[in-house]
Amino acid sequence: MEKLLEVKGLKTHFFTSGGVVKAVDGISYDVAPGETVAVVGESGCGKSVGAMSILRLIPDPPGKNMGGEILFQGRDLLELSDAEMRDIRGRDIGMIFQEPMTSLNPVLSIGRQLTETVEHHLKVSRKQAMERAIELLGLVGISEPERRLKQYPHHLSGGMRQRVMIAMSLACEPKLIIADEPTTALDVTIQAQILELMKNLTRELGVAMIIITHNLGVVARYADRVNVMYAGRIVESGTAEEIYHNPKHPYTLALLRSVPRMDQPRGAKLEPVDGQPPDLTKLDGGCAFRPRCRFATESCAQAQPVLEEVAPAHISACFEKDRVGLTAGVTA
Amino acid sequence: MTTDSTLERAAGTNLGETLVQVRDLKMFFPVTEGAIIPRVIAHVKAVNGISFDIKKGETLGLVGESGCGKTTTGRCMLQLETATEGAIYYDGQDLTKLTKQEMRPLRQRIQVIFQDPYSSLNPRMKIGEIISEPMMVHKTEPDAAARDKRVRELLAVCGLNPKFADRYPHEMSGGQRQRVGIARALAVRPEFIICDEAVSALDVSIQAQVINLLEDLRDEYDLTYLFISHDLSVVRHLCQRVAVMYLGNIVELAETDELFDNPMHPYTQALLEAVPIPDPTIEKARAHRVITGEIPSPMNPPPGCVFHPRCGIAVDECKKLVPEFREVKPGHWVACSQV
Repeated sequence: MEKLLEVKGLKTHFFTSGGVVKAVDGISYDVAPGETVAVVGESGCGKSVGAMSILRLIPDPPGKNMGGEILFQGRDLLELSDAEMRDIRGRDIGMIFQEPMTSLNPVLSIGRQLTETVEHHLKVSRKQAMERAIELLGLVGISEPERRLKQYPHHLSGGMRQRVMIAMSLACEPKLIIADEPTTALDVTIQAQILELMKNLTRELGVAMIIITHNLGVVARYADRVNVMYAGRIVESGTAEEIYHNPKHPYTLALLRSVPRMDQPRGAKLEPVDGQPPDLTKLDGGCAFRPRCRFATESCAQAQPVLEEVAPAHISACFEKDRVGLTAGVTA
Repeated sequence: MTTDSTLERAAGTNLGETLVQVRDLKMFFPVTEGAIIPRVIAHVKAVNGISFDIKKGETLGLVGESGCGKTTTGRCMLQLETATEGAIYYDGQDLTKLTKQEMRPLRQRIQVIFQDPYSSLNPRMKIGEIISEPMMVHKTEPDAAARDKRVRELLAVCGLNPKFADRYPHEMSGGQRQRVGIARALAVRPEFIICDEAVSALDVSIQAQVINLLEDLRDEYDLTYLFISHDLSVVRHLCQRVAVMYLGNIVELAETDELFDNPMHPYTQALLEAVPIPDPTIEKARAHRVITGEIPSPMNPPPGCVFHPRCGIAVDECKKLVPEFREVKPGHWVACSQV
């Protein structure tokens, strides 16, 4: 299949007074047109930094790209000038941020925020842009769009603001949308509304999506493929079915066993992974998950495992991947 | 895995006497206008007449979305808010009628664990000081050496290195801080702990560690919990009975298995359907019916049943009559006229 986005060996490091933080340390993946790829992991694993790096939104200093390529429709985004990059952001690649409270401009009306993008990228008149804005608000299910255009973000609830964010990201008919924890700040019933909306719109309009989340339920409902990140690297990647039914990395397995599930009998104890995520300034040459891993052996301290195929379209970075599986006792 | 005691408790068989009784609790916050002479122009009806019991040794879950009044309920029970109306009986005494002095011995028996492990610990105090402060206030360990010993014990019980007593909160991660919050709550040997979104701010792997800790402590010290959360899967895992709140009212209350297997109130049904299950095969097979609309403002709640504007089965009567909170099956209470 033709690829829309190819990330190859991307590295983003932060140079801080406490040392070099290798927030993203050589990640590679690709996204096909119309496909939804989820990036999962816990706080500080580099999932947001990896996505921000695609749009070149990492402040420099302290952040710096340390290598790799980001091919979007064949062009390397890292080679573009700032002006060329501005043309891509918002037009070819849309963005939905986590905090609908802080990611909208509080002193601009909803209408102005929507038309700004449209006018800038599509070079249309203010009037045409307004018509497009009304159309967009209708698309994301906001009632009385004409009245809403004149309102300001503080007039709207969190769910409404997130709908406006989605409308903005869709304004110029992008090929790809990057959604960073789009529903984390929302209540469950509103989360369900927003997820349904995003799913339907991406299907109807054929937009590809990278969704960044820590919620394994959202991933299961939503994603075609899943990348699991830990300490700045992708440790496992595959189709959603493969990742959930046949996990081959101890971290993925541990994540799946950490969440109480509504569809399983009550009373079973959770089996969390011990310990804390590592300090990214103090990583050694071995596998970063080793100190928390129940499958770790001596060889895990010697070298970093690389991603290898375990099944068709399913890769895992673990020396002991053959021993890892849902049937294997985590306590073994 | 599953212990006999948890199963028994889930069935509600070995539950003892009632520890807490909340009766028709109301908490209205005035909304004022005018900077010099403030006038009350409206009330936010955060909690609008709720009643429930908590038995000794039980974990009662209180679930609902933002603004439904679940946290305010907890704060009223801790006497951090003065309830507008209603009674809160703790071991037979009405907390709303007690003076500060009379309340003090009860504060030792009722403790709280807060949501945010960052803002609920004083950044200028060492962990040891934070944990020993309640013991000093309640004079449970007058001797300083005994207090230090107890701090170290508590840290160990909560899965932290006793050396952490000399550290400051900023030196610890979110999960470790939440363990400190739990150790502080345990310091004065309480019997009842209100957990207000105690695991919501934590990452999944850390959240599971803290859930297991709360379960172990409950079994070890015979604790009673009020577990306030918006996360239905966590509530289902931890609680024996669950109350669902919407806009200041309890709309459904039942034993956990009954509530999750046989939800009767349309709001509970919608909530359960909205929770995604971490399994793509199951998710693909599920029909994702989504309730429309948003939660109305508690300043101006809808007349009649507060849920009727979003409800799929509402009839004309729901717009006028407040549904009675009634027991439709033994132990299963619902506030809906159409059930």
